[in-house]
Amino acid sequence: MRSKNFTASRAFAWVVMVVFIVVTVFPFWWMIRTALTPAADLYTDNASLLPHDPTFINFTRVLGLTTEAEARAAGGSGAHINFARYLLNSIIYCGLIAGFQTLFCAMAGYAFARLRFPGRDAVFAILIAALMVPPIFTLLPNFILVKDLGLVNTMGGMVAPTILMTPFAVFFLRQFFLSLPRDVEEAAILDGNGPWGIFWRIALPMSRGPLITIGLTTIVWAWKDFLWPLLVGRGEENRLVTVALGVFRQQSPNTAPDWTGLMAASTLSVLPVLILLVFMGKRLVQSLNFTGSK
Amino acid sequence: MSVTKRRDDRRAAWWFLAPVLVGFVVFYGYPAVRGVWYSVTDYTMLNTPSFVGADNYTELARDGEFWHSLLVTLWYVVLNIGSQTVLALGVAALMHRLTRSTVLRATLLLPWLVPNVTVGLLWTWLLDTNLGFVNHLLTSLDIGPVGFLTDDTWAMPSIAAINTWAYTGYTALLLYAGMLQVPQYLYESAAIDGANEWRMFRRITLPLLRPVLALVLVVSLIGSFQIFDTIAVTTFGGPVNATRVIYYFIYEQAFRYFHMGYAAAAAICLALILGVLTAIQMRLLRASRSDLA
Repeated sequence: MRSKNFTASRAFAWVVMVVFIVVTVFPFWWMIRTALTPAADLYTDNASLLPHDPTFINFTRVLGLTTEAEARAAGGSGAHINFARYLLNSIIYCGLIAGFQTLFCAMAGYAFARLRFPGRDAVFAILIAALMVPPIFTLLPNFILVKDLGLVNTMGGMVAPTILMTPFAVFFLRQFFLSLPRDVEEAAILDGNGPWGIFWRIALPMSRGPLITIGLTTIVWAWKDFLWPLLVGRGEENRLVTVALGVFRQQSPNTAPDWTGLMAASTLSVLPVLILLVFMGKRLVQSLNFTGSK
Repeated sequence: MSVTKRRDDRRAAWWFLAPVLVGFVVFYGYPAVRGVWYSVTDYTMLNTPSFVGADNYTELARDGEFWHSLLVTLWYVVLNIGSQTVLALGVAALMHRLTRSTVLRATLLLPWLVPNVTVGLLWTWLLDTNLGFVNHLLTSLDIGPVGFLTDDTWAMPSIAAINTWAYTGYTALLLYAGMLQVPQYLYESAAIDGANEWRMFRRITLPLLRPVLALVLVVSLIGSFQIFDTIAVTTFGGPVNATRVIYYFIYEQAFRYFHMGYAAAAAICLALILGVLTAIQMRLLRASRSDLA
């Protein structure tokens, strides 16, 4: 009796779970389905779960692979759009920030954890205080700084505020280095290694897991970045995918937006993170356990 | 021996720290000071800033649009955090009692991985008054169509719902990670005592999860106060200011009207609110460490 009741409630719980998953996934399906629909069918066929007459033209035109006339015929507004370029920009942006920030923060985290120098704890405390500074506070002055340096509309200006550090990454990696066993490092000292030798040959190889965690989290945040690259990188040649989507939406006439094109572009903005999720899903999921405090 | 070693460390240490210290001073410390300075000037990005005392702040206190934007933000935070937390708690509890599947967890994470801009566009299309799929469903049930993003009473609840969709899975996974720390034997002995699932949730999961829940709540609150991206591609602050949140207000003051000084003052007001929340977060972080060691 009790166990029967138990299975019934379990079944109900599964139903709720499945509903939740459908609600989570369906919008993505609708995005892809719309991207595969010819623009002309948008008004006649807005409810079927599969496109009647699937086409890749929306993808090719937002990737800049068609002529302007072809793009216009397929529902484009005639504005120049090249998502191949924007995707590449976004990948470069994420790669630069994730790579360098992780390396620099690992170096600093190691110094705070292992090296002895005067003022160490005071400097670390000041850095951690920066965790409390909300981004909006530094956003306007940073924009003016980058503008004064003549770096608006350059990749350098876009990555400048985040490529060197974030307080969280320093904090997180210092915690990890503190937990490393000291004896391996001490053996390396006896072998005649200096701090750099120990860092490169011992500490870094031992911290692959946390480094990947920080790197992945940084990639995800950088991929989602919008306001800063909107301010600093609006120009065509350095435009990121997110900024380009915003521009695309505003160029599109409000009365009849180019939904098939917008959804094709949206699909392209999801594709890289989907690939990341497929290959690194387990690590990403686990990284939440660490970064919940971010 | 030990003296020379210490001296070596000192020299190496500054090289280890150099990039981070440069980044910190140039893009955190210096702008923070400049931000405070701008807030007491009449800077417009074109003039040389001159000191105007507390003028920007007194003007903010009288500015109806500023207060309206704070109120609108608060309305959003209440709607978003309320629904998101309850849903995430439910999903986390279900996962905790049903499955440990990584595939499921990765699927739940998907909306969070996607840029907010994409999320905004996706839902603008789904919620479109004439062609959107949601209104198609509603009209087939003889309801609507509802102008989710074009009607000023519906716009903000719709935005809150969109971001709830985007962040519930992520929040649920954070809570789920906390639930995994609850010792399994507590559930086993409760089951022997004949407790049902709801009772176990109320008496075991919820009380032991409290530190994690509090932390997740504050982190979500801080994020929620800073909503911008979603609004920047869906409603652009409209209709009739219904979604002109504080971030949007600051953005427009700075980059549409070039009232840099005024925007900086507003940014400081927001920073103070967020600062209080962050201070609470830091305190909770310490508390949660000691509870779930």
